[in-house]
Order: sequence, then C-alpha cells, then structure tokens
Amino acid sequence: MLDLICENGDVQTQDGLWADSPLAIRGLTVTYGQKPAVFSVDMTVAAGQMTAIIGPNGAGKSTLLKAALGIIPSVSGRVKVFGADLAQQRARIAYVPQRASVDWDFPTRVIDVVLMGLYREVGLMARIRGQHRARAQACLERVGMQDFANRQIGQLSGGQQQRVFLARALAQAADLYLLDEPFAGVDAATEKAIISVLKSLREAGKTVVVVHHDLATVRDYFDNVFLINTRKIAEGPVETTFTADTLQEAYGGRLAATQVDQLQAVVG
Amino acid sequence: MVLLDALLLQLGYNATLVSLGAALLGAAAGITGTFLFLRKRALVSDAVSHATLPGVCVAFLLMAAFGGDGRNLAGLLLGSALSAWAGLCCLNWLTQRTRLAEDAAIGAVLSVFFGFGVVLLTVIQTLGVGRQAGLEGFLLGSTAGMLFSDALVIAAGGAGALVVILFARRALTLVAFDPDYATAQGLPVARIDMLMMGLVMAVTVVGLKIVGLILIVALLIIPAVTARFWTERSERVVLLAGVFGAVAAYFGAALSASAPNLPTGPLIVLVSFALFALSLMFAPGRGVLAAVVRQRRFQRRVHLRQGLLALAQGQPIYEALTLRLLRRSGLARADGVATESGKARAAKALRDEARWEVLRRDHAHGPAAALYDGLRAIETVLTADQIAEIDRKIGGPKEVRT
Repeated sequence: MLDLICENGDVQTQDGLWADSPLAIRGLTVTYGQKPAVFSVDMTVAAGQMTAIIGPNGAGKSTLLKAALGIIPSVSGRVKVFGADLAQQRARIAYVPQRASVDWDFPTRVIDVVLMGLYREVGLMARIRGQHRARAQACLERVGMQDFANRQIGQLSGGQQQRVFLARALAQAADLYLLDEPFAGVDAATEKAIISVLKSLREAGKTVVVVHHDLATVRDYFDNVFLINTRKIAEGPVETTFTADTLQEAYGGRLAATQVDQLQAVVG
Repeated sequence: MVLLDALLLQLGYNATLVSLGAALLGAAAGITGTFLFLRKRALVSDAVSHATLPGVCVAFLLMAAFGGDGRNLAGLLLGSALSAWAGLCCLNWLTQRTRLAEDAAIGAVLSVFFGFGVVLLTVIQTLGVGRQAGLEGFLLGSTAGMLFSDALVIAAGGAGALVVILFARRALTLVAFDPDYATAQGLPVARIDMLMMGLVMAVTVVGLKIVGLILIVALLIIPAVTARFWTERSERVVLLAGVFGAVAAYFGAALSASAPNLPTGPLIVLVSFALFALSLMFAPGRGVLAAVVRQRRFQRRVHLRQGLLALAQGQPIYEALTLRLLRRSGLARADGVATESGKARAAKALRDEARWEVLRRDHAHGPAAALYDGLRAIETVLTADQIAEIDRKIGGPKEVRT
C-alpha cells in the first residue's frame, strides 16, 4: 500500500479505511479529451450508511461513479471494493444507471428487465426458472410495481421506469448499491417509494451511494455527503460536512439566488 | 407458372439448392441482424459488407497466381472475411481513438474499401488472368452455376452463426439494452460486441454469393425492423426476424430462378421490403393503420364527452364533428337539442365530473385521483360504495333523471 499517496498526504489513516470500506477510491482521474472531468479524487464510502454524491452540473458526479465501476476508462487511480479488486467483487455491487441512458422503446417487458439483475446467478445460458421469476416478482413488489410485470417498458412513466431499475438492482441481492440520479424527474410517490427501499437496505446493513441533485432533501435522506466539483471538496457526515462553506466551495458562483436561499434554509 | 414451380422446388437441382440455401441464409441473417438492430449499430454491417470486396479480389489474384482455380469459393470467402475484419478494425479504431462519430467512420471505411475493391476488380478484368468471369456476381449476388459445395459452405456458415447465437443470446440482449449495466455486472461488453460483429461478418461472407455485398445489409436489417412491428418482446423479435428473413430469401431466390438473368440479391431485398411495407401498414399496435384507428377512436371519445357536458350545461355546440357524433349515437337532434337518452347521458356526465371534483380534492384518494384525465369512467377507479359515499357529499341528484 506504499504506492498510495493520497491528495491530502494522509496515507496512514486512509489505509485503515481502505481495507474495510465497501468502496474506496484513490487518485481517480477521468478526462474527456484534454479536460479532466474528475481529477485525482479520493473517496472512502462508510459501510452500512447512505452517502450522497453532490455537486453542480458537470462536476463529475456520474463520471466518478461510472469510472469507479469501469464503465468509462480512467486515466489513473485505483478502486477497491470491500478491500478487494473490483473484478472479484462484481457480484456484490448493484448499479442503477440514469434512467435516460437506455432506450425505453426496447422490446422487453418489466419482468424481463428485473430478471436481468439475476443474470450473474442464473448464468448466461441456463434457463430462467420459476424461482427466479418469483424473486423478480418479489423485487417488483418492494418498489410497488407488482402489477406491471407484463407491461412493455415503453408504457411506463418516468417514475415507474426508475422503480423498475431499482427492482433490477434489488434482484442482485448485492451489498453495495450505487444509484445515479434516481430521483431525477420522478413523481413524489416514486421518490417516497425509492427512499423507503433505500432506507430498508441500510437497515439490512447494506451500503448505499446515491448521485443526488436536490440539496433540500440531503439532510432527510443521507448520513454522509461527498461534495465534488471535478476535485473532491469535502467528505463526511452530513451534520459536519454539509455546511454553507463546503457548499459554497463546491458550487462556487454557480448557484442562482433562489438556490442560495434554499441552501440557507437547508443548512440553517 | 414457372414461379409456382420454383416455389415448389420443381425447377431442377440448381434452383432447389439455391432456394434452400437462400432460406437458411435469410434466417441466419434475420436473427443475427436483430441484435445489430437492437444495439443500434445496423449500419456497421454495411461498412463490413463493402469491406469484403478487396479481400475477394486479392484472394482471387493469389489463387490464380499460384496456379489454382481463382474461383474457389472457400478461398474467396476466406479472403473476404480477412478484409472485412480489417475494415471492422479500422472502424473500431476510428470511433474509439479519434473524435470521429460512428456514422462518419462508417462512411469513410465503406467507401475507401469498396473503392479499392472496384479498382482491383478492374485490374483483374484487364489482366485477363484465370477465369475471372463471375467475380462481379459478388456485387449483387448470382446463383447461376452454384455448386453443391457452395451450398454446403453457406449452410455450414449459417448454421454455425445460429448455434453461437443460441448460446450468446442473453448476453447479446443485455448488452444491447443496457451496456453500462452489463459492464457493471462484469460482462465483457467489448468482447460481446466483437462477437456480434464477428457473427455479422460470418453471415455477410457466406451471403456474398447469393445476395451480394451491396445488398446483404438489407437482409440483416429489414427482417428485424419488420419483426419489431409485430411484438414487444426481444426473443420474439429475434425468431420472427428469422422467419421473415427465410421467407424473403426463399421467395426472392425462387423468383430469380423463374426467369433467366434475374438478379437474386435485389429480388430478395424487394420481397423483404414487401413484408416490411405490409407490416408497417397493418401490424396491430405499432402499425400505421392501427395508430390512425386508435387516434380516431380517442378523438371520438373526447368529442362525445365534450358534447355531453355542453348538452348538460345547455351550451351551444359549435364543432361539426361533435354534433355529428352526438347525432349518430342518437344523443342529439340535428339542431343540437338533446334527445331523451342524450339528456340522461349528459346528466350522468356532469354528475361524474362533480364526483371527480370531490375525489380530486380529497387527499386520501391520491392515487385514484391521479388517474383523472377527463375521459376515464369513475366506475373504473372506485367501487359502487365509494361512489355512493361521494354522492352523499354532493347531495341528491340535481338533474332531472329520465
């Protein structure tokens, strides 16, 4: 571990967390062309808690998540999942991509999408059996979509699409859940359903990381925040880290007046 | 009735061989092409198929130079596969390593490889080496003088592609729907994409002889697009595309065998287009006609509802369509005055609106209230008891019941 020199030079304390953390990132850098989207970011996700990744638009929130999962290539950096290499821990990670990242006119039904979450378990060639279907159905029930199993996915509303994506992640029975903007453009009922599922995951000892954009709900929903604006701004418990200072630093001059008011109300 | 004979495989050994070979090729191309279509990379196959031409020519030259038969099909196909692979690698390099978008890269690779191939073809013709006659057949497909061994090559290639797909279908579907999620789950997405392109290449190469390299793209894409009209499930799209591809190829090949000098490839493409056009118009659900009917039916419901509410509130009806619909349903007379049954229905419509009003103001009915769209009958969201409860709040019927 001597090759790990973190941004803040705080090698020793980080090393301890490195081994325990469900998701530990060191020096991760991603560039599009010559411009870094994420620059030398360290992140240590606390186990069994809910963490929000927040920052302004284009700050690299989603990019950080995708690069950590190897979905987009990174220039440098290392990622450990539960202390081991990513490749060995894929089965313990459930990823929920942004809703808009797929074509919802794809010819498939809701239940088939949820069954995709079981591919690692079923195998790519074996038959899907009744027990698998039952599990997928149970996951749909957890997000309140049990009546939609046989619907074509194109007929769903935005909120319903998001719930189906969450059900697919639940089907994996993972230990670490990574969600990219699950609350973007969904109705209030869906937001409630999703957050209660996420909280139940935390109660079951799972770790949840959410790319989040609504500063007003951070305090209600999350234990920890990770503020990013290309570089890491701050990381830690909501009470101590989600402050006017860190937000100002992360958002810079990019907050509109209304948002500043909103912030003041949130941070107090 | 030569065509009928051709369809019934009565035109002799060669025509029979061609029709059966074409059907198998059509099935393989339709099924393989579906994954390409679902992955939204349909046009890549056009670049791949055009990139086969230089390989065919070089293979011919090499085989002729070493004193062999320049027209040996297996040799030509091997050459075409190698150059298709080179074209695919160029394409991948251009899209991944440069800022060129995939459509531009496809255009570049397609035209350069094809141009190079045409130059080689001209050179071969001027050199007069070997028995070059028939090499142009690879452009648009030719089935004259097809040998049993040729048919075997095609059959083996098509069957091989189908077997691979049988095992890889779930991976291919998952990657086509959500490549990011597939990566996160640990699937080797790049390799699965490569496998898909390899299958496309195999189908293209074995299809060169029958359909020709210019039109093979049609056999890969049109059946998939056609099948999509009929079903909302990917596994059924795959199977249907296989059926459509087989039918089109079989009919097309039989047509071309029914008269001398009819090119096989273009006829197969025209038959598959006919299937596509029929599906586009008449498919239930996604077809054009079905959409028009649905739209009209919906419009009718809107107009009837608005008309009934206007009647109930004693407002004049200006829209000709509304009036016509009311009249045809026996709800109003030609002058716009409600009939007896019209009055009853109008009163009910107004009452339902009032019930919805109550429902929507009551937060306890949130999910049910969200279903309000002005058209939905309230009986579909509430039980008779709940409606009676609402009616108690509204008070007794104000309208005259008939």
